[in-house]
Amino acid sequence: MPAPSKSTVTSTVKPDNRAFSPELSRRNFLQRIFRRETLIGWLFVLPALLMYVVFVLVPFMLTIRYSFFKWNGVSPAIWVGLNNYVNIFQVPNLIGTIKNAFWLIVWFSFIPVGLGLVVASVIHRVATGRFGSVSRTILFLPQVIPLVAAGIIWGWLLALPGLINQILKAVGLGALTRAWLGDFGTALPAVGVVGIWVLLGFCIVLLQTGMSKIDPALYESARIDGAGWFSEFVGITVPLLRNEIGVCLTVTVVAALAAFDIIWVTTAGGPGSSTSVPGIQIYILAFTQRAIGPASALAVMLMILVVVIVLPLQWLSRESAQ
Amino acid sequence: VLKAVFETGWDMPGNLAKEFTKEFPNVTWDISMEQFANLITTTPLLLASDNPPDLIRLPTMTSFAKDGLLLNLDKYATAFGWDKWPVPQLDQNRLDANWIRGSGTLYAMGLNYSMTGIFYNKKLAAQIGMTQPPATVAELEDLLAKAKAAGLQPIMEWGSAKSGMGLAFPLQNLMAAYGATAPINDWIFQKPSATIDTPTNLTAAQHLEQWIKAGYFPPDINAIEYSDAAARFEKGEGVFTFNGDWQNGDYDKNMPGNIGFFLMPPAVAGGGYAAMSAPLTYGIAAKAKHADCAAFFFNWAGTNDLARQINVDGMGSNPGGPADAKLATVKAGSVTIDTLAAGPKLSGAMDFIANATSSIFAQGWTPELQKMVGGKQDAAGLLKAVQAEYLVELKQ
Repeated sequence: MPAPSKSTVTSTVKPDNRAFSPELSRRNFLQRIFRRETLIGWLFVLPALLMYVVFVLVPFMLTIRYSFFKWNGVSPAIWVGLNNYVNIFQVPNLIGTIKNAFWLIVWFSFIPVGLGLVVASVIHRVATGRFGSVSRTILFLPQVIPLVAAGIIWGWLLALPGLINQILKAVGLGALTRAWLGDFGTALPAVGVVGIWVLLGFCIVLLQTGMSKIDPALYESARIDGAGWFSEFVGITVPLLRNEIGVCLTVTVVAALAAFDIIWVTTAGGPGSSTSVPGIQIYILAFTQRAIGPASALAVMLMILVVVIVLPLQWLSRESAQ
Repeated sequence: VLKAVFETGWDMPGNLAKEFTKEFPNVTWDISMEQFANLITTTPLLLASDNPPDLIRLPTMTSFAKDGLLLNLDKYATAFGWDKWPVPQLDQNRLDANWIRGSGTLYAMGLNYSMTGIFYNKKLAAQIGMTQPPATVAELEDLLAKAKAAGLQPIMEWGSAKSGMGLAFPLQNLMAAYGATAPINDWIFQKPSATIDTPTNLTAAQHLEQWIKAGYFPPDINAIEYSDAAARFEKGEGVFTFNGDWQNGDYDKNMPGNIGFFLMPPAVAGGGYAAMSAPLTYGIAAKAKHADCAAFFFNWAGTNDLARQINVDGMGSNPGGPADAKLATVKAGSVTIDTLAAGPKLSGAMDFIANATSSIFAQGWTPELQKMVGGKQDAAGLLKAVQAEYLVELKQ
C-alpha cells in the first residue's frame, strides 16, 4: 500500500501577540464561529462540501501523489520522483492524441455552441409555447440517454450496412458509403458528429435560459428601427449572452480536451490511433496496463493543459460581461 | 459456501457449480458475475480484499501471482495427480522463478481448453469447389481467390478497437504455418530477449498483407464488432472465418448443419498442424477460506463424466483432464465433432499473441493491424512497432 506516512490533521490556533489577552481573543474567535447565521450557513454547505472533498479533492490529491510512484494498484509503491513525467512521451503517439483532442474542440465546442445559438434564438423567436418546449426536450434528450446505449446505436447507424449508408445509396450517393467509424479519414469527424448530438441540447437549454432574461423591450425597439432576425441576433442576442456563451464554451472545451466516454463507446480510439485522445491513453495505462504512476502523471499533465486553455476563456467572458 | 467470480455471458461454470452441489450438498455457492473486460480491473482488488473469492476467472495470471495474490497449487497437483495429465494443459499456468510462464509452479487451472482454427460455411465452400479442407496455405489461398472471383466475401472477421483486432487470429495462424510455435510462445511468456520480429513471422505478416490488399477481408473490418462479425457470417457473408471453438454453440444454433471447421493448414504438405489453444483459466485466491474445496472442484470438473459432459455441452471446448478420461458425447451434426476431432491432430499449441502483456493487444496489435488495413503500415513495420511497444511495456 502506498502509505509512506499518515498525516494527522490537527487544528491549531496560533497564539495571538496583540495587546489583549489570548483568552479574550479566543473567545472572540469562538463567538465569530458560532454566530448563528454562519453556523447555519456552514451546515447547509456541509453535505455538498463533504461530497466535494471525498469525491473530488481527495482523488485529485491522490492522483498527484500516485504520479510520483511506480505502482500497479496492489504491490508496494516505489517512489520514482519525476520519472513518470520524464517518460511521458513513451505513451504511444502522445502528440497525435493531443492533436486529436484539439481537433475535437471544433466538433465538441465550436459547432455545438454556434449551432446552439442559432437554434435557441429560432426557438425563442418563433416557437414559444408547447412547440418550443417539445423541441427543446427532444434536443436535450441525448443528455439523458445513457451514453453506452447511444454509442451502440451510433455504431449501427454509421456501420457499412447501417442506416446512414442505406440512405446515401437510396439518394444515389452510393460512392460516398463507407464504414464511417472505421475509416482513417472519417472516424474523427464521425465521432465529432456524435459529440455534437450529445452536447447541442445542453448548449441550447443554457443559451435559451439566458435569452429569456434579455429585456424584450430591447427587441421591440430594434424592430421599430427595422431590424431583422439577423441584426437582432448579432446586435442584441450574442453580446448580451456573453456570459452564457462563456460557460458553454468552457464546459464543451473541457469535454473535448478531456474526452473519454464518447470516444470509448464509439471507436475506443481506433482505427489505428486516429481517434485516440489522452483520456483513452490514461484509461488503458491505468486499468489495462495497471501502470498507475504514468497514468496519473498523464492525467495531471492533461489537467494542466485544460486549465491553461480554459482559464483565458473564463477571463475573456468575465471581462467582456463587465 | 464457496465464493466464486465467473465471467458474464457463459452459463457453463454456473451449470458445473449446480451439478457440484447436487453431488455434494454440503457445498453451496456465492457466485458473482463480471464482464471479462471488468475482470481485468477488478480481479486484483477482489483477490487483495479481506474476503477474497475461493474461485475466480482470471483474465491474466502472471502479475497477480507475482503480487502474491494467487495460491500455489503444486500440492494439489501432486495430491490429485494433475501432473500426470497431458502436459500442455497445465504448462500455460505454470510460472518459473523469474515469473516466466511455461514451467515451474502451478498457479491456476483451466476449466477447459479452447482451440482456434478456421470455420467455413459448407454451402458456400461447396459453391467454390472445396471438397476437403485445404492441405497447405497455398491451397487455402487458392480457395480465397476462387471465393473472391465468385463474388463472395472470402473471409469474415472483426476488427474494431472496441472488440480488439480479429486479424491477430489469421496472423498468428500464418506465423505457426511458416515457423515453429516455440519461439512464439517464448515471446508470449516473456522469455528474455524473445522477439516477434523474426524472418518467418515477416513472411506470415506479408501473406496477411497480401490477403488484405486482395480484398479477402471485408472493407469495413476496422469498424466491425466481434458479435456483428459472427452475425454476418451466420447470415452467409463470408466463406471462412478465423475463430475459436467457444463460438461453436452459437454457430450450431444459427447455421445448423452448414458449419464446418478445419485447422490452419501448414505451409508445406505433410507439415504439422498448430493452433492457438488457451485454458479457460481459474485461480484460487492466496487468502481463500475454502481453498481445498475449490481445488477439489477443479479435479471434479476435469475427471467426473457428467461434469465433462456439461463442459462440452456448454462451450464445446475440450474439457481437459486425464488422457484416458471418457469422451463426452456430442449431438450429431454439431461442429463440436469437428473441433474435438481436430485436437489430437495438433502438433503445436500456442497461447494467443494478444496475451503477451496486458495491453499489447490494445496498444500494439489492434492499432497496427488497423493501420495495415488502412494502407498505413506494412508487414515489416507492423512487427517492429509491436516489438517496440512490447519492450516499453516490459520496462514498466
